[in-house]
Amino acid sequence: MTTELLMWLIPLPPALAFFAILLFTNKSKALSHTVGVGAAFLSWLGAMIVFVRALGVENLARNPFVSRINWMPTGDSYFQIGVQVDPLTAVMLFFVTLCVLMIFIYSVGYHNFGQPKGDHDVKGLPPHGATVDGHAVPSVEPMYSRFFAFIGLFAFGMLALVLTDNVLVMFMGWEIMGLCSYLLIGFWYAKPSARDAAVKAFMTTRVGDVFMLLGIAFLYSVTGSLSYKDVFSENVLRALASVPSGVFGLSAAGLIGLLLFIGTIGKSAQFPLHVWLPDAMEGPTPVSAMIHAAAMVSAGVYAVIRMFPLTSLDPKTMSFIAFIGAFTALFAATIAVAQNDIKRVLAYSTISQLGFMIAALGIHAYVAATFHLVTHAFFKALLFLGSGSVIHGMEHGVLHTGNHKVDPQDMFNMGGLRKKMPITFWTFLIGGFALSGFPLVTAGFWSKDEIFADAWAHGHWAVFLTLALAAFLTAFYTMRQITLTFFGEARTEEAKHARETPWTMTMPLVILSVFAVGYGWLGMPHWLTGGLVPNWFHDFVGSMLTEHQAELGFNIVPLATSLVVALGGLAAGYFMYRDVKSAAEDKLQIPVLVNKWYVDEFYQVALIQPAIWFSDTFVSKWMDKGFIDGILHSFGPATGGVGRVIRERFDIPVVNQFFGDGASEASWWLGRNLRPIQTGRIQQYLVLTLVILLAVGGLIYFLLTA
Amino acid sequence: MNFPILSVITFLPFAAGMFLLMLPAQRKNEARAVALAAAVADLLLSAWVYVQYLTQHMQGYQFVEKYTWLNIPPLNIALHFGVDGMSAPLVLLTGIVMFTGVLISWGDDNPKVMSGIQDRPREFFAFLFLLAGGVFGVFVSLDLFMLFFFYEIAVFPMYLLIVIWGWVKTREYAAMKLTLYLFIGSVVALVGALVMYWAQYQNTGALSFDMLLMERANFSATFQRIWFLPVFLGFAVLGGIWPFHNWSPDGHVAAPTAVSMFHAGVLMKLGAFAAIRVGVMLLPEGAKYWSGLIMAFSAIAVVYGAYIAFVQTDLKYMIGFSSVSHMGLVMLGVSTLNVTGLTGVGVQMVSHGVMTALMFAVTGMIYDRAHTRMIPELGGMAKVMPFAAVGFIISGLVSMGMPGFSGFIAEFPIFMGVWRVQWLVAAVASISIIITAAYIMLIIRKVFYAPMPENLQGQVGDITVLDKTAIVTLCLVMVGIGVFPSVITPMISSGVNYIMNILGGA
Repeated sequence: MTTELLMWLIPLPPALAFFAILLFTNKSKALSHTVGVGAAFLSWLGAMIVFVRALGVENLARNPFVSRINWMPTGDSYFQIGVQVDPLTAVMLFFVTLCVLMIFIYSVGYHNFGQPKGDHDVKGLPPHGATVDGHAVPSVEPMYSRFFAFIGLFAFGMLALVLTDNVLVMFMGWEIMGLCSYLLIGFWYAKPSARDAAVKAFMTTRVGDVFMLLGIAFLYSVTGSLSYKDVFSENVLRALASVPSGVFGLSAAGLIGLLLFIGTIGKSAQFPLHVWLPDAMEGPTPVSAMIHAAAMVSAGVYAVIRMFPLTSLDPKTMSFIAFIGAFTALFAATIAVAQNDIKRVLAYSTISQLGFMIAALGIHAYVAATFHLVTHAFFKALLFLGSGSVIHGMEHGVLHTGNHKVDPQDMFNMGGLRKKMPITFWTFLIGGFALSGFPLVTAGFWSKDEIFADAWAHGHWAVFLTLALAAFLTAFYTMRQITLTFFGEARTEEAKHARETPWTMTMPLVILSVFAVGYGWLGMPHWLTGGLVPNWFHDFVGSMLTEHQAELGFNIVPLATSLVVALGGLAAGYFMYRDVKSAAEDKLQIPVLVNKWYVDEFYQVALIQPAIWFSDTFVSKWMDKGFIDGILHSFGPATGGVGRVIRERFDIPVVNQFFGDGASEASWWLGRNLRPIQTGRIQQYLVLTLVILLAVGGLIYFLLTA
Repeated sequence: MNFPILSVITFLPFAAGMFLLMLPAQRKNEARAVALAAAVADLLLSAWVYVQYLTQHMQGYQFVEKYTWLNIPPLNIALHFGVDGMSAPLVLLTGIVMFTGVLISWGDDNPKVMSGIQDRPREFFAFLFLLAGGVFGVFVSLDLFMLFFFYEIAVFPMYLLIVIWGWVKTREYAAMKLTLYLFIGSVVALVGALVMYWAQYQNTGALSFDMLLMERANFSATFQRIWFLPVFLGFAVLGGIWPFHNWSPDGHVAAPTAVSMFHAGVLMKLGAFAAIRVGVMLLPEGAKYWSGLIMAFSAIAVVYGAYIAFVQTDLKYMIGFSSVSHMGLVMLGVSTLNVTGLTGVGVQMVSHGVMTALMFAVTGMIYDRAHTRMIPELGGMAKVMPFAAVGFIISGLVSMGMPGFSGFIAEFPIFMGVWRVQWLVAAVASISIIITAAYIMLIIRKVFYAPMPENLQGQVGDITVLDKTAIVTLCLVMVGIGVFPSVITPMISSGVNYIMNILGGA
């Protein structure tokens, strides 16, 4: 099969699975997950073939695989859509399809396939368990098939976004994912919190999307094209850099970059649009992994990486990006320290790690950002699936004791799980160490170290220090999480009865943990390996840039910083939480951190309530009902008023009384006064006739003679 | 001349309406069957015209018919029909709305359900067809006088339909408001049209209402600038242009379901279409001169309508104001006077027509069964009428411009076109995208997925097969355009090219 055709086919299986499951296999759970997992497998297989072929191409960045077709006619020409695989797309494809496949397989176990139907389970609520021979056992998800349909559509959106060769389809994939995140976060729609979280996620990212749409509109109006090939050609870029946009003193390139970046702020949950991501934990855990690792938030960073040739033209935009990234990295890390929900810690950690990538892009560390995106996807997918496994194990304990008041996600209800769930423990430990940047062996170390090295080498002190502090906190909260969950003794009865999860859930964990460690070796710097192993990642992805950025040499400061913050954070986390028995003993439960710096509360007061007031009172009541309808309704009385005035001042007195009634009265008066003449006596009439005849005759005579 | 297909499309509803009135009143099912047959025939004919245009001709006016109707100098009026790339999709849209409107008005004799039209269906369909015939007539007329003639025919039955079959609480107020607004608008436009008639006579010596001639009548720039505004705004009132939009939501709320579908689905397009056909195409210089004002009005409408829709508690008011917002996008696209914007307008008219028709249809189905349209009093509808829920969600996605649906194909070019003219307006109008998403999501969450209130439990049943057919038909259009935009955009482009030629290729 030709590579061109194959590229078109990669995104299709999940989309077809979506329709197939909804239309045909909805009734059969086994058939539905076969279709879903099979589709993910086909996409993965296709992506691997393309990836291997891409490796064999000399200078892939200049000669990418491209295939285009006409899609939408625009007057004389056509708007073309196409697929394109260059080094960036190739590395994206590699991890996206792998993570997606793992998540699909994991979902089979997570939704309790093979378990009996629940005793009281209803659609729209998580399964509550069934009773078999007097024992409580997990029950299968009532909307099992639908889940695979939605998640298939999600994968389709992501793959379309990664594979496309133009900004428009990128935006379309972006929006499809927004829709799927809504559907999946609100998957258990009978829970009010899930409904709210779904709306919140959709709306918050929507705010970013609108800016992105405007950016695309601006880009199109300036360049007349949206394909990467045209937009990133040197002439166009030079023109964009020189045209002023008229806003904030930015160049056109700067403004477009800024608008597109705000779209990313929404999708990749950067401050100040980060609020939806922690709430998105309401969805099933595979969805969290999908959103946090494989698809949605990665898409946001991918968009900035993709637009890098454009955004990097304006230093002001770049400073903004660096600031947002670094600030978010630290900001989210401080919140993660005080969270007790195992998934929420990871959610804030995602926000923080994305901040690392964004900050790296802001300081022109293109390769480092991409590298961290990939490694992060692996270990964060691993951590989310691991946390899902923990929760699943805990739910087993809850079913055993029957005490449904115990929250299976609260880390203070856990403890000692390393003995109960060994596979989950070891893989989670690997993921956690990768996230913390445990030196030398984990992927997270290499990618984070590269960001530090770039920041240091190019003199971005503020970014360097902020990220270093954030990295310390990262290691700290990760170790806190691991310690609270797996070490020590069980703090509740439920944790004592937790049980390891089935192979469909642990197998993806094992595979992902291999990559969470091994992938880092693809980007080991030259100074370490002495050139024995080429720094493959740097050469491959770095070739995307017009000016090839030379790999940085060895420097002790960033390396030492990496080591100190990672090991220091891990040690601090372990020793502080080794003996903590309950949340009350946790010294870091500071209200401002627990309440996430009150950002949600601030938005409620500063944005949402004023918006409602504006809609309801100002626009609806005052403008529409009051002013416009007021004018309209005043027309009625006004017309009536005019009519009344005419009637009372003119019609009645003048027309009616003076002319109308006046004429009749005059006639009447005349008639009455002439009545005495009408006597009825002929003689009198004759006398009168004679008198008039004489008078008239006299008058004529007088007139004629005069 | 071949088969006079446009005349048949236009006059078939009138004939069917007359025939309906001759049936005995108690023969309700026969009346319904006749109505459905006529609607299906019109749908097929208009689809045939559409497909022929798309596959065969694709430029200028096609299927042209011309008969002298009245020729007593100085009046010369001809029955002159033809469709171009702008109007052919609207003719098909009218066919679709007519078909689905009949389906969902069918009525159910089960007293517990009380869906559709139970009361005097014969008269209802007769008046509805009078309206439909008028709408078809406007879309195909190439003679300015006939355009007015059909325009008034389309407006008049609205009054009766609302007053007789409408919502008891507001129908008299709303019907009067609607009629007054629209008649005043059309009178203002009519004055403009007569002035154009005489100006043409002075310029070229031609006594004719033929719009193809009038396009070349060499009206002076001053003349165009003076008369553009009354003509354009006169028609645009029916398109719901701000600040003359207020008749529209009130009308929607008071009207019975099928009439709301017609009203939002095609009648408002009628206003926009006539405003383009007469205002922009006959007075292009005036359009260029006033485009800034139109842009300002419509940008306000877009955001303003969205804000009001956001706080409505009555489902129909919500959709009514969202129509104001979406029709604002149409007018916004018109005001760009560039290819991109106008292409968006063409698609948006169809997309919005189908989308609101579906929203009103589902609202009607809910109201018939739950006897309330108040959002806070509803809930859990997805459980009892899953089909309607999916339909509403799809139209909601269209409404918020989700890619893969027709709304995106329509709104994206409009925003592109607006950005080219004035980026600030695009930025302001884009606020509506967020607000639209907000109210749609809130409604879906509350009406379809929140727990059902106790007083409704067991009271609400599923929709009928006919309802489902209507929903599927409308959804197919929205998804079809969204996934394969080339089923409509080449056609719109050819219509837009014609307009651009008139505008001097600007």
